[in-house]
Amino acid sequence: MKKSHIIVLTVIAAAIGILISSAGDASTYVGFSEAYAMATTGNRKDIHVVGELKKDGNGNIIGIEPGRDMVSFSFVMIDEQGKEQRVMYNQPMPQDFTKSEKVVVIGSYDGDAFRASKILLKCPSKYQEQKVNV
Amino acid sequence: MHYFIGDLGHFFVITSFVTALVSAFSYFKATMSRDLALQASWRRNGAAAFYVHAVSVLGICVSLFVIIANHYFEYHYAYSYSDKKLPSYYLISTFWNGQEGSFLLWMFWHVVLGLVLIHTNRFWEASVMTIFALVQAFLASMILGVVLPLVDFRVGSSPFILLRDVMQDAPVFKMDPEFVPQDGNGLNPLLQNYWMVIHPPTLFLGFAATLVPFSFCLAGLWLGKFKDWVRPALPWALFGGAVLGLGILMGGYWAYETLNFGGYWNWDPVENAVYVPWLILVAAIHTMIIYKNSEAALKVSIILVIAVFILILYSTFLTRSGILGDSSVHSFTDLGLSGQLLVYLGFFSLTAIVLCIIRWNKIPSSDKDVSVYSRELWVFIGVLVLCLMGFHVLVPTSFPVWNKIVSLFGGSSNMAPPADQVGFYTRSQLMYAVVIAILSGIGQYFWWKKIEGKQLWKEIQFPLILSVLLFLVLAQFIFSQYGSEIFQKPSYLIVLFAGIFTISLNAKILFSLLRSSPGLSGGAVAHIGVGLMLLGILFSAGFSRVVSLNNTGLIYSREASDEFNRENLLLFVNEPRTMAGYKIEYKGPRLEPRHASGFVNPNDVEFTDDPFRVVAEKNIALKGDTVYHKGDTFEIMAENRYYEVVLTSANGKTHTLYPRIQDNPNMGMAASPDIKRDVGRDLYAHVILRSEPEEAEWSKVEEIKVKAHEDFFANDYVCSLESVERIFSVGNTPLDSTDVAVKASIRLKGEYQDYFAEPIFIIRNRMVGRIPDEVPDLGVKLTLNNIHPETSQFSIGVMTRQKDYIVLKALDKPLINVLWIGTFLLMTGLIIAIVRRYREFTKMKEKGLE
Repeated sequence: MKKSHIIVLTVIAAAIGILISSAGDASTYVGFSEAYAMATTGNRKDIHVVGELKKDGNGNIIGIEPGRDMVSFSFVMIDEQGKEQRVMYNQPMPQDFTKSEKVVVIGSYDGDAFRASKILLKCPSKYQEQKVNV
Repeated sequence: MHYFIGDLGHFFVITSFVTALVSAFSYFKATMSRDLALQASWRRNGAAAFYVHAVSVLGICVSLFVIIANHYFEYHYAYSYSDKKLPSYYLISTFWNGQEGSFLLWMFWHVVLGLVLIHTNRFWEASVMTIFALVQAFLASMILGVVLPLVDFRVGSSPFILLRDVMQDAPVFKMDPEFVPQDGNGLNPLLQNYWMVIHPPTLFLGFAATLVPFSFCLAGLWLGKFKDWVRPALPWALFGGAVLGLGILMGGYWAYETLNFGGYWNWDPVENAVYVPWLILVAAIHTMIIYKNSEAALKVSIILVIAVFILILYSTFLTRSGILGDSSVHSFTDLGLSGQLLVYLGFFSLTAIVLCIIRWNKIPSSDKDVSVYSRELWVFIGVLVLCLMGFHVLVPTSFPVWNKIVSLFGGSSNMAPPADQVGFYTRSQLMYAVVIAILSGIGQYFWWKKIEGKQLWKEIQFPLILSVLLFLVLAQFIFSQYGSEIFQKPSYLIVLFAGIFTISLNAKILFSLLRSSPGLSGGAVAHIGVGLMLLGILFSAGFSRVVSLNNTGLIYSREASDEFNRENLLLFVNEPRTMAGYKIEYKGPRLEPRHASGFVNPNDVEFTDDPFRVVAEKNIALKGDTVYHKGDTFEIMAENRYYEVVLTSANGKTHTLYPRIQDNPNMGMAASPDIKRDVGRDLYAHVILRSEPEEAEWSKVEEIKVKAHEDFFANDYVCSLESVERIFSVGNTPLDSTDVAVKASIRLKGEYQDYFAEPIFIIRNRMVGRIPDEVPDLGVKLTLNNIHPETSQFSIGVMTRQKDYIVLKALDKPLINVLWIGTFLLMTGLIIAIVRRYREFTKMKEKGLE
């Protein structure tokens, strides 16, 4: 066997190793119910949940509560299956939070509360924004 | 309404698209025709079309800039990304804030590079420019903004679209189609930073530069000149490596200075999307150099050069199609270009792959087996490690694409990027970096010395011993600074050693090269730079510490997390604390005047109804000169609030930090740090919480009866009633003869200065009114409640609140300058190499060989 073949084989093996290990380290997008089920079976891995902020009939966001220390806050999020959940976040409200069209929280259940370690926002596309500040 | 300029711009967009197609077609004919006269005339056609294209691209840029600079808010682009208050140098950032503008920037650089190629390389002109012009046609289609008839499909998104066409449902446009907003939405405050003026052009020049080697490579395959393309492509690949690397680092530096996550690199998918092509470009540079020396690795070079450009297109697709929406902190807007971007990516990937397959068997390759001690082998292994390094980042970044593909085939996949992305990527990338560092140390000896196995030891003996010694000294130093923490993280020690190892081995090579042929020293310099970067990253990230420790022994808030209570410093105005060997004191919020540099105390000005204008209440000096006189009205940057924090070191030296919070009514709040830069470390501080004086809870009024010049206490400050006098006007309102008004003047002795409060007691139309006065720095509000002529006493109402405060977080970043020095050396090394390779190319050109 030529040395160059050995090198090629090693590289292929390494690439497969990378694929497997990346898949193993991957987090998942799940709904709140599934995340809760995971947490109760002892799986404490952080997961992603995609959803929207809860709004009242007029489209105003409801359920945002500042923490007592002012640097944390909590809010009510509805996941893609329609389940409502209060999410605690240990940092100040991110820029553009209330304008976001979609929210992704990364974290896990701690008892009945969902603790987010990170929040990603998807802001409305400018072609959908129909409000002009006069 | 200024229709003309938009129509003109749109005309240029269409012209640029058409001329790019014409140029591509002409150059294609020139490449394919056998007849020399025909060839020449097609080439002239191609060049002429490209020149018209260049003029149109310039025309688009100028039109768009005219719209932005003149605040034509009837245009969507100006309305969305700028406003009248924006300083003129940030209007430049507005230009590339939108996706359309950044496509335009990319096109602009392609035009510049294309013109350079037309003028420097006659032999390759027709074939290379065919590819260039085709790429330009695709890019121009992205900003075309034309709706195809019949199929009703909008091609591209034009930067010249009117606001009313974007917001067709907005009631204001239904009422009055001619409506022009008075002001725009403004630029995201985080982008109002000088790095955002130079980072995007640098990055896009890097993007554009990768097209050059790609075009040469495809042209080589096309013309059957499988070997010859390498020589002209190599200097451009080096140029791309330098500029793209610089652009990426500028982005990192912007994040470090502006965002408050405390670092320069966050492994966000957007960052990864440009990091991977850069790694592969560096790998491609190495295989091209191998090929130039020993005719090996030609096929790998072709694959890598093609991969770089495809990865650039892929990263464009990732960042602009909105597919990363659920996995990136950066919020992307989907302009509906996903399909077009996919066609762009697919077209060039397929063309390149098909061309490769057709020509594959004709590409020469050497059949010699590699020897363990051959210099090529070591570099080649390094190249493979670089590729795996990139692959390891590419795979998790591409999960969203994978999910999409699976769902297209009816399956379901919900893979998300690793939750702790910084930890995940840092672990794997550091491991690769260690291997690269060691290979680049040893590889250099095989490369330059052409040695056999036993000689290697002889050659590297001295630098190896030196690096072991240096390692021991540095490890000892870290131990003394950080304690046994270092032994719990053996990987840090390995990185430390790898960095020192590659620096000292390359330094020896560098010294011998400097004596013999300094022109060839690019590689050694660049590798030393990489070693320094590794050390700089290790120290500034690995040994970064929170220094703003709560040393009061009290917790701030029971509800807050332990981390919050432990790792932040609560600073009340004018109350010193200690931090990291400094005395630290918060002096209060500050305003930023628009037309002068320096900071203004809000206590010295009166706010007006216009948030951008304030009136000086006394003479205001900035940096020693009186800039504003009492009564002057001047403009301030209303969105910016700075928080003056004074650090005093043990030897009495002071340094003032001004961390910032921006309040943009449209964009929300954003905090940016201020950094105290020393040679050996950075102190990085940002405000994570500030008191909101408007929302403060005041105590109940405590009434005190005092005589003139009698002392009393308010919020623990000594106060004395200096005088009470009758006044005849309140503010600008004159009083009637029947009204009575008196003003008390009360001196409050603060920590550093005396403050005066002037509450007013007024009887008007037989009604009693009281106008209190507040001293914000002391958290005191005084009211003149009553006058008792019978005892010549005055009743003063004292209200107190918590003093103004900020909660500050500060990090120590040791040796971060080593990272910047390393970057600088890497760039220097690449520039030396560019010069060398360009000389080689011009020599061959003069001989008439190319």
